[in-house]
Amino acid sequence: MDKDWPLYEVFVRGKRGLNHVHVGSLRAPDDTMALRNARDLYTRRNEGVSIWVVPARDITASSPDEKDPFFAPSGDKVYRHPTFYDIPENVPHI
Amino acid sequence: MAPSTGTAEARAAEPQGEAAHFERTVARDQRIEPRDWMPDAYRATMVRQIAQHAHSEIIGMQPEGVWITRAPSLRRKAILLAKVQDEAGHGLYLYSAAETLGADRSELTAKLISGRQKYSSIFNYPTLTFADVGVIGWLVDGAAICNQVPLCRSSYGPYARAMIRICKEESFHQRQGYELLMTLMRGTDAQREMVQDAVNRWWWPSLMMFGPPDADSTHTAQSMAWKIKRHTNDELRQRFVDMSVPQADALGVTLPDPDLRWNAERGHHDFGEIDWSELKRVISGDGPCNAERVAVRRAAHEDGAWVREAAAAHAAKQEAR
Ligand SMILES: [Fe+2]
Ligand SMILES: [Fe+2]
Repeated sequence: MDKDWPLYEVFVRGKRGLNHVHVGSLRAPDDTMALRNARDLYTRRNEGVSIWVVPARDITASSPDEKDPFFAPSGDKVYRHPTFYDIPENVPHI
Repeated sequence: MAPSTGTAEARAAEPQGEAAHFERTVARDQRIEPRDWMPDAYRATMVRQIAQHAHSEIIGMQPEGVWITRAPSLRRKAILLAKVQDEAGHGLYLYSAAETLGADRSELTAKLISGRQKYSSIFNYPTLTFADVGVIGWLVDGAAICNQVPLCRSSYGPYARAMIRICKEESFHQRQGYELLMTLMRGTDAQREMVQDAVNRWWWPSLMMFGPPDADSTHTAQSMAWKIKRHTNDELRQRFVDMSVPQADALGVTLPDPDLRWNAERGHHDFGEIDWSELKRVISGDGPCNAERVAVRRAAHEDGAWVREAAAAHAAKQEAR
């Protein structure tokens, strides 16, 4: 399988002001071709103003097995959310 | 917005373990994602379904692709080219989804060109006239839309997302086909006959696209439980018939079924018995174009080998610099 082209993940910025969003993957021999193929495959109808392609092997992802402990630090910190705080009704603009 | 606080107590009350987590995710209508644990049978079913779907898009380029050079105007040529290019795109979105399950793209292609994996039976029929291009857009893409819209809610995330993208594009496919047919119907008697002839040939195979009747459908129950299928074959087929009848009327063509009539009691159209032996024959390889379709795909793959190798060699050379 060595001669297979590597897998790239594709991220598209839909329009100015938005983040790049993952849209799928493709195979290409190199970065330049990956970018061109991504344009033809994922933006045939003006779906984007900017594309990132990233070799899939270079992505580090959280593992689902560790899901609970991994995201636990955010789970019990309810004070990070504005709704945690009681403010009287008569206080404006807050 | 209030944060969702899945408390430790609530989690402890639920059955634990990977299988329970999978079942719960599906039951809650949430999506299974690539790195989640899933039953082996779910994975295998998804790979088979997505691969067969991807192959259908790729093989589906052929019946219409042969008309690109013979399109009657530059406008029709540009439209057809864009449509066929979309179908290639659909195939690639789906191969991409299959790869998230650990399937290997080149292996899937190898299975297609060696006849070990199937594609939709509809693409084994020939396109005899340019009216066939219109009827494929109207009926074949129309049936595909019926099948695919519910799949946008498939429990497997990457497949559902690919289907959303595909469905957006299919609408153009169906409308360009119907518009092509309306143009022909405004033409000469010979052109109108051409349309009717194409409808006569494609109507029944289009109904077969929904698969065998529910009574004979082996995978339906499990697929419904896993939410990778949302409606039965017969439900979707009925929906397609009900949608197509007024469209045929507006076009001025007759659907080739003497038993087709409105049933006020059911609130649906009744229609005639489908020739299931024909579907079996075409699926098992004995349709009018099976051998040709696979041979063309194989030739394209083999003839393109030097391009793939050259591009890889070029990339290796660039990297070495
Ligand atoms: Fe398609
Ligand atoms: Fe289509």
